[in-house]
Amino acid sequence: MSRKISTVLSLLLIAAFALAACGSPTAAPSAPAEQPTAPRAPASGGESPSQGKKVTVTWWHISTAEDHKAVWQKLADEYMAAHPNVTIEISVLENEAFKTKLTTVMQSGNPPDIFQSWGGGVMNEYARAGLLKDITADLDADGGAWRNTFSPGALGVYALDGKNYGVPWDMGMVGFWYNKELFAQAGITTPPTTWPELLDAVKALKAAGITPIALGEGDKWPGHFWFGYLATRICGAEGFRKAASRTGSFTDPCFVEAANKLLELKALEPFQEGYLGATYGDQATLMGNGKAAMELMGQWAPAVQRDNSENKQGLGDKLGFFPFPAVPGGKGDPNDAFGGGNGFAVGKNAPPEAIDFLKYLTRAESQVQLAQINVAIPVVKGGEAGLSDPLMITLQQTLSKAQYFQLYYDQALPPAVGSVVNDSIQAVFAGTMTPEEAMQAIEASAAQEIK
Amino acid sequence: MQSLPAISNLLKLKPSAGLPRRFQDNLMIFLFLLPAVVLFLLFVVYPILQSVYYSLFNWKGFGPAVDFVGLDNFKNILKDRVFLIALRNGLLIIALSLLVQLPLSLLLAVLVGRDLPGRVFFRTVFFLPYVLSEVIAALMWLFILNPDPDRGFVNAVIVALGGQPQAWLGNPNLVLIAIFAALTWKYFGYHMLLFMTGLQNIPSEIEEAGRVDGANALQNFFYITLPLLSSTIRTSVYISVLGSLQQFIMVWIMSKGGPVNASETMATYMYRFGFVRFQLGYGSAVAIYMFLLCLIFSLIYLHFTRKPDYLSGLEG
Repeated sequence: MSRKISTVLSLLLIAAFALAACGSPTAAPSAPAEQPTAPRAPASGGESPSQGKKVTVTWWHISTAEDHKAVWQKLADEYMAAHPNVTIEISVLENEAFKTKLTTVMQSGNPPDIFQSWGGGVMNEYARAGLLKDITADLDADGGAWRNTFSPGALGVYALDGKNYGVPWDMGMVGFWYNKELFAQAGITTPPTTWPELLDAVKALKAAGITPIALGEGDKWPGHFWFGYLATRICGAEGFRKAASRTGSFTDPCFVEAANKLLELKALEPFQEGYLGATYGDQATLMGNGKAAMELMGQWAPAVQRDNSENKQGLGDKLGFFPFPAVPGGKGDPNDAFGGGNGFAVGKNAPPEAIDFLKYLTRAESQVQLAQINVAIPVVKGGEAGLSDPLMITLQQTLSKAQYFQLYYDQALPPAVGSVVNDSIQAVFAGTMTPEEAMQAIEASAAQEIK
Repeated sequence: MQSLPAISNLLKLKPSAGLPRRFQDNLMIFLFLLPAVVLFLLFVVYPILQSVYYSLFNWKGFGPAVDFVGLDNFKNILKDRVFLIALRNGLLIIALSLLVQLPLSLLLAVLVGRDLPGRVFFRTVFFLPYVLSEVIAALMWLFILNPDPDRGFVNAVIVALGGQPQAWLGNPNLVLIAIFAALTWKYFGYHMLLFMTGLQNIPSEIEEAGRVDGANALQNFFYITLPLLSSTIRTSVYISVLGSLQQFIMVWIMSKGGPVNASETMATYMYRFGFVRFQLGYGSAVAIYMFLLCLIFSLIYLHFTRKPDYLSGLEG
């Protein structure tokens, strides 16, 4: 009998392990009570910071590179020195760890006061669940004094249905970062400007015994840049807008063609050995150590390359930038940009001091400091004064030519769909899904999730 | 249970208080169990019931669950190719564990349990991986399996022997084997310890008697040691199977279930939906399947392995 009981007990314990991960916190159902269906703050402006009272502001960021982390720390220290009653608790998290940890605290209904956000679909989910603070009134206070410092396009990424839930501190684009020396060794004199030219460059590099492209497809999102850019070039702005708003479809031939182009590229075996299991960190390490000729990555690439390289210097002057090439016959304008930026969202329980600190973080002076160490393309007027790196200036100028800005697919779409995009593109790279099957999978998820 | 009246005397609960003695004993048992039962209900039973509830909804994990979908989640899971891959991988890991990991552990236990020179040293070394945290072990294996022969130990050895370096974690055909190697390395020490304890419980006289009767070492092992070890083996198999079905940490860190789901387990599949795709209702349904699978296995296993225990007969 006692044996039976202990058997049952051990079974239930096993069940506990199996289920604990999905057991939902009891706090969740209480969340909607605090849902800001209407702006609570008066239209004249946000709540003002209370003087003297001890306040703790929690801040999660993902800027793990040494110099970048130091700037954030310095800004927090300065603010705390000027406001002795405010304590700012900083948590520095690695990108993937951050996403995991944030999801967990979000499901328990306790977001940090200020945290890294990319805007778009994921932020919208949080906002709809009432987990974010509506800071529209704070932006509009004093005749929009704070709002008007931002470039409107970048600020809009952190808004849903006309309400703002966060602010940007960086807006950039994805493009090719290449090793000039390795290109020269392969006899490539000018960076490719069309897709066929890019394929030729890959062949030339291959012939010279150089790994043409570094790709960390184990993380999936780096590969989705390739697909997203190709689709932006081939389908144009209208193609994505229609598919995402459900007046069109992801099974449209233009999306299938974009995925087919990936196969065209893959047939040349341009990536390093084991790229399907590699991480973005591996990708940056290859680039930083000069072991691969190019990568398709966002504006943060040079900083991460430096940080991941053996000598901590990266490629220095040998690094060059060129925009994603035009695809002949595509509907998209060759100047259109694909990418996104970084920002900070505000948690629902954030005290007024958190918003005041956020204003401090996004002053032009703070933006200049970030620009000076090349970790951000400023989004606040006056911030561009800090840009000195010719690559960053090139990137900013390329970005300013864009007629249409396409936010990353995995951010612009709801998380479930974005995740299916990433999974399906990896499957196309691995050859376990045909382009048609991949697009059908994305379409099925979009049909279910976007209503 | 004989000690209970003594305790009740200590607590000054006099048997003469007017209540039947049996009731008092039961009350005592109940009071002693109460804290554990409360914790158990609160942190085990309640979350399970909650998971069952959420598995009936299309729920993102934020706010209340309102979109009731009945058993749709359960039906959709069975239709998902990736879940079937995860199931297959689970069974594959179980098979490999039983055919490779446990025999290896037993062999080592027999070796280091005997009077061999340096056995204490080897015993410690073999047990060391189990002491490491799973996260650290997984990160170590990421370095060991790095596809670049300049960085990865395994590929460096292969290249030194004149072979081709392999992308262990980047190749859908190799990833499961690579992860299984890491899992074996991590857990064989634990099973070895179980077996060693079991071996120590076997009186040396029996084996000696076998030797006197002319049994050679192999016969001794297969006809005396192994049968006497059967209860330990049963435990070991049980732990190994359940551990394989729920394997998560090492797999998630080493491959995230990829490339392209090639190393997906049920736990990584559940995690993907619950926390990456924000489909917690669906994830809960996966958890229920895992629970049922473990439960059914346990019931069948316990039913069929309730054999007489030779050793307890000996000692009793």
